[in-house]
Amino acid sequence: MSGAILQAVKNEMGRPAQVVLALAGNPNVGKTCVFNNLTGARQYVGNWPGVTVEKKEGELFHAGEQVRVVDLPGIYGLGAHAVDELIARDFILSGAADVIINVVDATNLERNLYLTVQLMEMGTRVVVALNIMDEAAAKGLKIDVPKLGALLGVPVVPTVATKKQGMAELLTVALRQAREEKKRERVIYYGKEVEEELSRLEALIGEQGVPLEGFSSRWVAVKLLEGDKQVERQLSAYPALLEAARKGAARLEKLTGEDAETLIAEGRYGFIAGLVKETVTRQRPVAEKAVLSDKIDRVVTHRVLGIPIFFGAMWAVFKFTFWLSEPLVGYTESFFAWLGAVAAKVIPHDLLASFVSEGLIGGVGSVLVFVPPIFLLFLALSFLEDSGYMARAAYLMDRLMHALGLHGKSFIPLVVGFGCNVPAIMATRTLENRRDRLLTLLIVPFITCPARLSVYVLFAGAFFGARQGLVVFSLYFLSIVFALLAGLFLKTLLFKGEQAPFVMELPPYRLPTLRGMLIHMWNRGSSFIRKAGTVIFGVVVIVWLLAHLPPGTAAEQSFIGRLGQAIAPIYAPCGFGTWEAAVALLFGILAKESVVGTLGTVYGVEEAGLKTALQHHFTPLSAYAFMVMTLLYIPCVATVAAIKREAGWRWAIFAVAYALAIGWVAAFLIYQGGRLLGLG
Amino acid sequence: MKVLPLGMLQPGEEGVVKDVGGRGGPHCRLAALGFVPGKKVRVVQNQFCGPLIIALGDGRLALGRGLAHKILVERIDG
Repeated sequence: MSGAILQAVKNEMGRPAQVVLALAGNPNVGKTCVFNNLTGARQYVGNWPGVTVEKKEGELFHAGEQVRVVDLPGIYGLGAHAVDELIARDFILSGAADVIINVVDATNLERNLYLTVQLMEMGTRVVVALNIMDEAAAKGLKIDVPKLGALLGVPVVPTVATKKQGMAELLTVALRQAREEKKRERVIYYGKEVEEELSRLEALIGEQGVPLEGFSSRWVAVKLLEGDKQVERQLSAYPALLEAARKGAARLEKLTGEDAETLIAEGRYGFIAGLVKETVTRQRPVAEKAVLSDKIDRVVTHRVLGIPIFFGAMWAVFKFTFWLSEPLVGYTESFFAWLGAVAAKVIPHDLLASFVSEGLIGGVGSVLVFVPPIFLLFLALSFLEDSGYMARAAYLMDRLMHALGLHGKSFIPLVVGFGCNVPAIMATRTLENRRDRLLTLLIVPFITCPARLSVYVLFAGAFFGARQGLVVFSLYFLSIVFALLAGLFLKTLLFKGEQAPFVMELPPYRLPTLRGMLIHMWNRGSSFIRKAGTVIFGVVVIVWLLAHLPPGTAAEQSFIGRLGQAIAPIYAPCGFGTWEAAVALLFGILAKESVVGTLGTVYGVEEAGLKTALQHHFTPLSAYAFMVMTLLYIPCVATVAAIKREAGWRWAIFAVAYALAIGWVAAFLIYQGGRLLGLG
Repeated sequence: MKVLPLGMLQPGEEGVVKDVGGRGGPHCRLAALGFVPGKKVRVVQNQFCGPLIIALGDGRLALGRGLAHKILVERIDG
């Protein structure tokens, strides 16, 4: 599905003739796979909590009719909490969908039906796609599908989305449902005491003339008794009603010893249990597969073995990414260098030639050079996620994260950060609590990335000879220390709130499909290229302009050279108060790896001669200070853009400001401290 | 009648949920995941420090220690 068509679909939101289907269900049940099958669109299958975060839309034509399909984030029930869950919930409640296709995991029916039952209570048009039927059969589960449908009061279509089975039938049934009258909602009996309270509230709702917006008074009563915050907010104009609901809940608690929310949940599960009993037969006792999965978990989360296994996995990911991408990056660079040279030769006007070859082509090249490592990183990470391992890793790290004031789920973005800060920032969406999300997001920039590594390799190679490996390792170590310290500092100073309790589903181990992983990789990667790419490209062009104007000047006398000279004194106490260093760091703002290229340009040497040039302008101590500065001083433009997207301008500016401050102070302390200790 | 916090069960032990404790946020999510009184749970992993892994029906959940201590279960012996 090309971007152009999707855009067209979005533009036509108000078209009356279009049928809208929404895919809803628990995480990890194959919603996105169904979505891909229906629309032929490329969207990714998320596995660790909440990856399918953005609402995704696609289009298809059936019997001459245009159908819009929306893939919603996974939710366990309509009482949503995390940002992505709220998106799903709001969409479902808005009635924007004509039919909701509820994708259900046949191997975990009881839990999955909790959402189904709530959809039924809403009275909306639903079709259940009973997915993962192949694994259910393998587990020895036999499900009487027609009976299930009859008892639920909604059509149920068995499917195996990974093998594209059942899709045509699903679509036909869904479209047929779209023509039906809106159903009378299904009523679940909640037990005598709860039913009494519900009747009381329903009467009150009727008396007060509360606008129901298409929902039944019973549904609103249930929501109020449950204490649903969103519904309470929408009915804030009826304090008497809210008070009555609270009193009713209190009465129930006194009477039964359990709170209303639990009673209602129990009622639903009771209904589900009865349903399952009548429609599902297990032909085998608990499948061996489940036992194997538990055994693997015991090893993978083992007190002693768990962490080494995790680091092994991470090492494999990075090794795979950089080993494969290196030649690709080389080809990309060569290609753009060649293209730039051709442009320079072909275009008559000197300045224009330079602009096109260095500015434009160089700019595009600097973005595309990111492509191989980013895509491969996403591919490797998607394997870990889709297989179910990542969730175990988050579990493993929760203890450590907790001690540092972070959430277990914070840990995944931090790990991703070692590959690139930008997707790491994006990954913080999986954290439910705004406080946890912000906190994690603000420490990601301290996690060192491969771009910075290029600077370390250059300087460590030039100044520390045999010990360069140790030096680089020390910088990675410092990166982690600073990230954690920043976390503690921010937590105590700024984010004194409550931490969200750690609850996370551990999906069953599954061998990911290559198709699924590639789609996953493509979506994340292309989104990054689109967003960060435009920013990087824009800044490259601006920097080129500053470096080449006023025309006829170069290096020291250009705008950027003069800017560098103006800034240089700031860096003097840190040991590198030269205009060249200042300019390099300035360029580093757009992408950290440009520091290396810039130094080459300003010293007027090729890469080979760069080490010698550096040795004339730096000492080992000032080199180390410079490396620490590079590590800390500012998130690259792409990262700032990502922060702005996730948290707003204020936090993006804050992140930039405090990184600059911390970077400067750290470099200062290292340089001056080293001088004092006689390390010269 | 052995009623104790879920966090105190040994790996491999099973229990029946008695009380899910506390209102609001986590409570609601727990209910949606299947933690309601009467449900049977089994501890897959418990290192008595950090979160637990719980088997609930056919699903597996990682549960923070603080939360696990608020959930009371009746241990099933034998």
